[in-house]
Amino acid sequence: MRKYIVKRLLLAVPTILGAITAVWFAMQLAPGDPALMFVPPDFQGEEAAEYLAKVNEKYGFNDPLPLQYMRYMRNTLQFDFGTSLRTLRPVSEDVLRRIPNSVRLGVAAFLLSTALGISLGVLAAIKRGTWVDSALMVFALVGVSMPNFWFAYVLILLFSLYIPKVLGLNTPILPPSGLGGVKHMIMPTIVLGYTSAGYLTRYVRSSMLEVMNHDYVRTARAKGVAERNVMVKHALRNGLLPVVNVLGINVAFILAGSVIIETVFAWPGVGLYLIDGIVGRDFPVVQGAVLLIASSVVFVNLLTDVMLVYVDPRIRYE
Amino acid sequence: MKEQRVDNAGNVAWLDDEEFRRMSGAKRAWLEFRRNRFALVGAAFIIFIALMGIFAPVVSTHDPYKQSLRKRMKPPSAEHWLGTDEVGRDFYSRLVYGARVSLFVGIVGTSVGVIFGTIVGLISGFFGGWVDTLIMRVIDVMYSFPGIVLAILIVSVLGPSLFNLIIVLAIFAIPTLARIVRGNVLSLKEQDYAEAARALGAGRTRIMFYHLLPNTLAPIIVYATLGAAGAILTTAGLGFLGLGVQPPQAEWGNILSNGRQYLRKAPLLMIFPGALIFLTVMSINLIGDALRDALDPYIQ
Repeated sequence: MRKYIVKRLLLAVPTILGAITAVWFAMQLAPGDPALMFVPPDFQGEEAAEYLAKVNEKYGFNDPLPLQYMRYMRNTLQFDFGTSLRTLRPVSEDVLRRIPNSVRLGVAAFLLSTALGISLGVLAAIKRGTWVDSALMVFALVGVSMPNFWFAYVLILLFSLYIPKVLGLNTPILPPSGLGGVKHMIMPTIVLGYTSAGYLTRYVRSSMLEVMNHDYVRTARAKGVAERNVMVKHALRNGLLPVVNVLGINVAFILAGSVIIETVFAWPGVGLYLIDGIVGRDFPVVQGAVLLIASSVVFVNLLTDVMLVYVDPRIRYE
Repeated sequence: MKEQRVDNAGNVAWLDDEEFRRMSGAKRAWLEFRRNRFALVGAAFIIFIALMGIFAPVVSTHDPYKQSLRKRMKPPSAEHWLGTDEVGRDFYSRLVYGARVSLFVGIVGTSVGVIFGTIVGLISGFFGGWVDTLIMRVIDVMYSFPGIVLAILIVSVLGPSLFNLIIVLAIFAIPTLARIVRGNVLSLKEQDYAEAARALGAGRTRIMFYHLLPNTLAPIIVYATLGAAGAILTTAGLGFLGLGVQPPQAEWGNILSNGRQYLRKAPLLMIFPGALIFLTVMSINLIGDALRDALDPYIQ
């Protein structure tokens, strides 16, 4: 078991290094001089040339590529993503300040989508072929197919404009943007949670259906175990094993979705930071945020792999 | 087992075992697919949207780029079926033209990605060893940039354009396809027919593309379909963020992004493009699900 965990840990290292390499490589693909991406867009003429010289000196863009690569790798591993072109603050500082906001929203969305996905998926599998099953599958399909930003605006339209208007209120029921109390979190959490719950529901359902066809489930029924216990003790425990793997994918999905949803709701997290970076042509910010998101994905996948060792004894004996 | 057959008039007939057994796999799958009503509705909707895009100049009622400051944000009327946007452009015509870009980019991008992903998966699964390890590590890295984040990184470097968008969507499709094809090839290459081909002196390329590829086509088709749905969502998302197709060119994502500024005055400017994206993606997902069910016997 320890061997397995160590192996997983060791596999995560090249993935992180690979992600950093990929971002560095992407930078080299920039048309023209990559150093230009480090010059604030509002600098013109001589000012820009002067700044460019400074950038070249600071980041060493005139050095041979392997040297540049090594330096980039070293800096990034030390959590140094450079300085934001607009705020002139270190990107790592900006990012650190925003992580708690993103985590708060992400965790809430993850809990909602996991709760929805598992309960609805299991229910659909138990009620297979009935109208309950069909209704749940439509619910899941809608979640999978809906553009999350559109769903977000539909909710804003409803809860911040129409329903208050109908009720004759002057203030929105749910605030459409910003960071605040629990009320500010409700809409973004619903959007992120529901759009990612679709995949999970479908996956849980098919995983449960597969397990329910196994011999041990039939044996349990044949020996007269109550249907409730067959489901909970025999089917559910085994059916949810593969779901642990998908939880990692689910986190990745929520992280990707949060980039757009934080923008819609002006939620000051890492996702909004990334979009602000792109809009302001602030490349250090973009790469910092992208690398942070990528390493969280790797970390979460590592976590689910380790978790799997504890819930699935088969892996321990491999 | 007897199989049901529904002819075009909706009559149900039963095929006997012999007839069903003799059918080609594709024909059997088609029979199976046709029984799924939701998928047929989805297919009809996609064909409708595709035709709308292809014949956009004919179907549209106005020039989608012609502004008219006197007719800004008008509600739907006989002249402007869905009203006008904030600079007086005919909203219906803009949505019709938008279908072109959204569908075209999604389908072309995914197709390119599917081709590359399949080749990578074939090579990885067939050759194994260090080639396989290397390719799979690279795929792991690609997976660590979830969804739209990879797209954002690439677009932020290359700049937003139609061509770059297609590259992004292609890169997007590669890891999933590569993993699926690799998994299938790993088991297929041990099959007797692959062994037989090798014994007869067939070269690696021939075995890969002539013997292994056709047998892994079913999951490729399914995941390509589901991937196209995802690609259209990504295209719209990038358009929404201002990183996709650039205005004034009409694309559903950027039309929606534009419309959200007038949420109070003209909510339809946001609702319609989003509803179109939603229905298109849902239709493709329905087709994908039906294909999976129809091709199921071949998907291990």
